[in-house]
Amino acid sequence: MSLVAHEELKQDAPILSGPAESRDFPDCFRDQQRAAWRQFEILPKPTRKDQAWRFANVGLLDLTPFKFGGALRDDERTAILEQSRGLEDVAGRMIFAGDQLIERDVISDQLKKRGVIFQSLERAMVEHSDLFRRHFMSQPAILGSAKFAALHQALVSSGTFLYVPRGVEVELPIEIFHWLNGENASVFPHLLLVTDELAKVTVIEHFRSVDRCLPGFACGVNDLIAGPGAKVTYVCAQNWGENVVALQMNSTTVDHDASAMSLNLHLGSRYSRFESLSRLMGEGGRSDLLAVSIAKAQQEFDARTLQDHISPHTASDLLYKNALDNRARSIFGGLIRVEPHAHFADAYQKVRNLLLSDDAEANSMPGLEILADNVRCTHGATSGQINEDELFYLRTRGIPVPAAQRLVVAGFLNEVIQRLDHPTIADHLRQTIEDKFANK
Amino acid sequence: MKELNTDKLRIAIADQEIVRGLTLRVPRGEVHALMGPNGSGKSTLAKVLAGHPDYQVTGGKITMDGEDLLELEPDERARRGLFMAFQYPSEIPGVTIANFLRAALQSRLPEGEELEATDYYAKLYEKMELLGMDRSFTSRAVNEGFSGGEKKRTEILQLAMLEPKYAVLDETDSGLDIDALKTVAHGVNSLRGPNLGILLITHYQRLLNYIVPDHVHVMVAGRIVRSGRKELALELEERGYDWARDGAVEPAFR
Repeated sequence: MSLVAHEELKQDAPILSGPAESRDFPDCFRDQQRAAWRQFEILPKPTRKDQAWRFANVGLLDLTPFKFGGALRDDERTAILEQSRGLEDVAGRMIFAGDQLIERDVISDQLKKRGVIFQSLERAMVEHSDLFRRHFMSQPAILGSAKFAALHQALVSSGTFLYVPRGVEVELPIEIFHWLNGENASVFPHLLLVTDELAKVTVIEHFRSVDRCLPGFACGVNDLIAGPGAKVTYVCAQNWGENVVALQMNSTTVDHDASAMSLNLHLGSRYSRFESLSRLMGEGGRSDLLAVSIAKAQQEFDARTLQDHISPHTASDLLYKNALDNRARSIFGGLIRVEPHAHFADAYQKVRNLLLSDDAEANSMPGLEILADNVRCTHGATSGQINEDELFYLRTRGIPVPAAQRLVVAGFLNEVIQRLDHPTIADHLRQTIEDKFANK
Repeated sequence: MKELNTDKLRIAIADQEIVRGLTLRVPRGEVHALMGPNGSGKSTLAKVLAGHPDYQVTGGKITMDGEDLLELEPDERARRGLFMAFQYPSEIPGVTIANFLRAALQSRLPEGEELEATDYYAKLYEKMELLGMDRSFTSRAVNEGFSGGEKKRTEILQLAMLEPKYAVLDETDSGLDIDALKTVAHGVNSLRGPNLGILLITHYQRLLNYIVPDHVHVMVAGRIVRSGRKELALELEERGYDWARDGAVEPAFR
């Protein structure tokens, strides 16, 4: 465990005042931040007229109230560490609160010796500048949030850098926590995961709020790079407080014969935008895109995806399931694109909405753009209600209606979670889902 | 009186009367077979006993150990000790057998009390062995992708786990080959005893070779037309339902 403290001269300043000049970053990084800030200022605000923001409640994206995080008091820090409970056994762990690294469980000496790098972003940009520069913010934000990707790049001040070299398998998962703390606080979580040839790693990120009622803002980026034949598993358990506005931009780059699986669990926030770009760069690459959402009250989950098949013999499989109660809304805009010459692609996309109230709303916009021949491709989106026969069957076993409904919803979502080849993480996600049901 | 009792029961669906004054008593500890041709109202009776909302009871009573069942919701009936093995059990996608049965048993405990996991699994594995089911079955989703035999075995597994006072088995033999039929019958027979009353609903006599009933009732057009000892099933098999109907005297039973 080590402590990292920062000089924070912009404490409590509005985020719209721009990046801090005083931070102790390398010049080139600060230049990038300034350039990104100019981009952010130039790019237009999203409107519903943009296809990429269709159906979205863009009115919630007013950033004026949000501030940089303040310094943590000792008791706050202790409380956060106490609540940072996730998996029992991990290979390494970082805990961030208000974008400050407050605790780090380092990886074993053995993994270090084999060349695994697990560092904060600000250290990696100095100590592994080549790797960092090659991959940091190297993927295009083409799913609508270019403005917010620029904002992220301008204001990101910490995050996780994880590099797994050739042939190294990290057996236990790496775990990362990001906490929002304080009213109108903001965070800019960042994960850069680079795996080399035949490497293997699993990462789980938890996004949480200290006070579940306070408004806040999260604008995160995770870039997952699977080298040739590598296997990358990424899980995100998003459980921000109920008045948080959150944007998360993911890119997954899959080299030849590599496989990437990501599962995003969306439970928290008032409005949560999730963009996921899967780029299948090399032959034999595969990407599995999984997501589970449980939306209640006025929550809105807005997902935009692109499965981009660039090389032949690539596979992608998207399965998103949403359970929507009360007046909650879901939006799904997803495109499968098979580039010319990317023959023999297998591309699947399936979105299922379970509507638990008459006022819940699901909007789905699946899309295909196939420029190659000889492609296997299916897509579809459906919405439905709980099947009355299933409910009756459960009741005849003595299970009362509310518990029977919970069981049906959990089963509906479990079909996604059981795709994860990791029983401990799957159990953790199921428990997190159960807790959300239990709280309300 | 420890019995499941329907008294002059009348059931309609969409204004059409299907069960027309049915009186039937299944005492605890006995096995009663209810036989009848398609459309006689057997399955409708089963669904109404379980509390299906689509059917309307237009007359008569149903009581279980003297308690009015019609006043109770389906889940309340189950918790008081009624079990229904369905002809076509529902699939519950993503819900494992283990979780499903755990929820069912949990619902029978007082609030705040947690089911003891070790005992639960010990009992589950014991009952599965009885029914020749592999343990890996517990992690499969309820009835999803099950063969006919697997579905029926799962119904009987639930019967064994939930230990009801009365069980209604609706066409439990349908969709079963001879091996599966014997396994299911063995499971049911092993549960027979003074604490369980069974109403066995079937179209065919063959099941009754393996689960030998104490009494047989023949139902035609919404009424019991004949009742007798187990030999009645064989006679019916020989002579057919027309014989049963033609020879009926009204009122049908007791």
